[in-house]
Amino acid sequence: MHLTQGTFSYLPPLSDEQIRAQVDYALEHGWPVAIEYTDDPHPRNVYWNMWETPMFEARDAAAVMLELERCRKANPGIYVRLSAFDRSKGRQTTALSFIVDRPAEEPGFGLERTDFADRQIKYTLRPYATNSPAGRRYSHGD
Amino acid sequence: MATEEPRSYNGVGESKPGLDAAVREILARLDTELVGLKPVKTRIREIAALLVIDRMRREEGLIAESPSLHMCFTGNPGTGKTTVAMRMAEILRRLGYSRKGHLVTVTRDDLVGQYVGHTAPKTREVLKRAMGGVLFIDEAYYLYRPENERDYGQEAIEIMLQIMENNREDLVVILAGYKDRMDRFFQGNPGMKSRITHHIDFPDYTAGELMEIAKLMLAQQDYRLSPEGENALGQYIARRMAQPNFANARSIRNALERARLRQAARLLASSERPLTRDALMTLEAEEIMASRVMDESKTKTAEHD
Repeated sequence: MHLTQGTFSYLPPLSDEQIRAQVDYALEHGWPVAIEYTDDPHPRNVYWNMWETPMFEARDAAAVMLELERCRKANPGIYVRLSAFDRSKGRQTTALSFIVDRPAEEPGFGLERTDFADRQIKYTLRPYATNSPAGRRYSHGD
Repeated sequence: MATEEPRSYNGVGESKPGLDAAVREILARLDTELVGLKPVKTRIREIAALLVIDRMRREEGLIAESPSLHMCFTGNPGTGKTTVAMRMAEILRRLGYSRKGHLVTVTRDDLVGQYVGHTAPKTREVLKRAMGGVLFIDEAYYLYRPENERDYGQEAIEIMLQIMENNREDLVVILAGYKDRMDRFFQGNPGMKSRITHHIDFPDYTAGELMEIAKLMLAQQDYRLSPEGENALGQYIARRMAQPNFANARSIRNALERARLRQAARLLASSERPLTRDALMTLEAEEIMASRVMDESKTKTAEHD
């Protein structure tokens, strides 16, 4: 199951060249880019781990690509996304956010139904990956 | 006509004659705005030529590996190293080698951390900031302190080397400093020396060149010297050059700053009103002569004024 989150979520995965072009676009608009990673794909998991600090001072996409490469190396086979922030209004607003790296195999989500009063049903979305403890959720071929 | 800046270097940017003209314009500006510096200009000309030819080769489908443009500027203070570095950033951008063409100026403090594990992120931060442009490291020899083997400078050098090698299309590193100390720095860091292709030596200015520089500086600020003033400045330059701590163009700039102060004081004190445009623009001999450098009795101690 291909996780769809953020911008471009229904497109096939972006190539490095395409990512670079998007970063260029963000930097041209003055949006600093941050790199985040996680192994919890739940859509309500908004707090991904930050890879270093957002690159407020980068002027060129090469800087972001350099960090992205380092992040991928340190966190192979889990989700990595880029977020670009528009601070022109005096608050941090996500202007662009897209997944750039994902596990080779994404088991997807289970839907849990809980009955309660008057035959009502509560639905819970549960990523299969989170059945394992953090750090052991996606084995990447080894 | 350089109507559009060349952005990419894979042959999509400007057409050949356009780029040619742009380069010629840059080089002409370099000639008029920078006095002296023969060896520097020659090298810049060569680099510009190489980049233009490389682009033409690429358009013809020939192999044109992007050259390594890391440089080392050596020379005494005030010989124009920073100025040329700024120009270099601009030139590289217009030639399409450097994408953003900004200059990031740093010294040891910006690169080297204070405790274990602090240096690498700090250095990388600076390198990232400079990507797409030019990183200018002033007094680069301070990075290497052989007398202290635990100095973190070495770590900064190693990270820089790695990025200079792997990301050479993304940034140009320019090291600058005194000649003898840079030589010693390279002796201790052969890896750095071999990765820097262009070693450019900035010669000291002659008295005539300094006078030209002074006039250029004044013209840029809408000032000029009266004939007597020019005479006085000539004497001033000759004296100042013989003194210790002479910093070439920087000394001249400081002298002119102080002359401006004295001119302002003189004009305010004079009863002549209204002040003519001419009076506001002209620096007289007395502004120069009032300097301590011109005072025989104090020449030994004078370093400023």
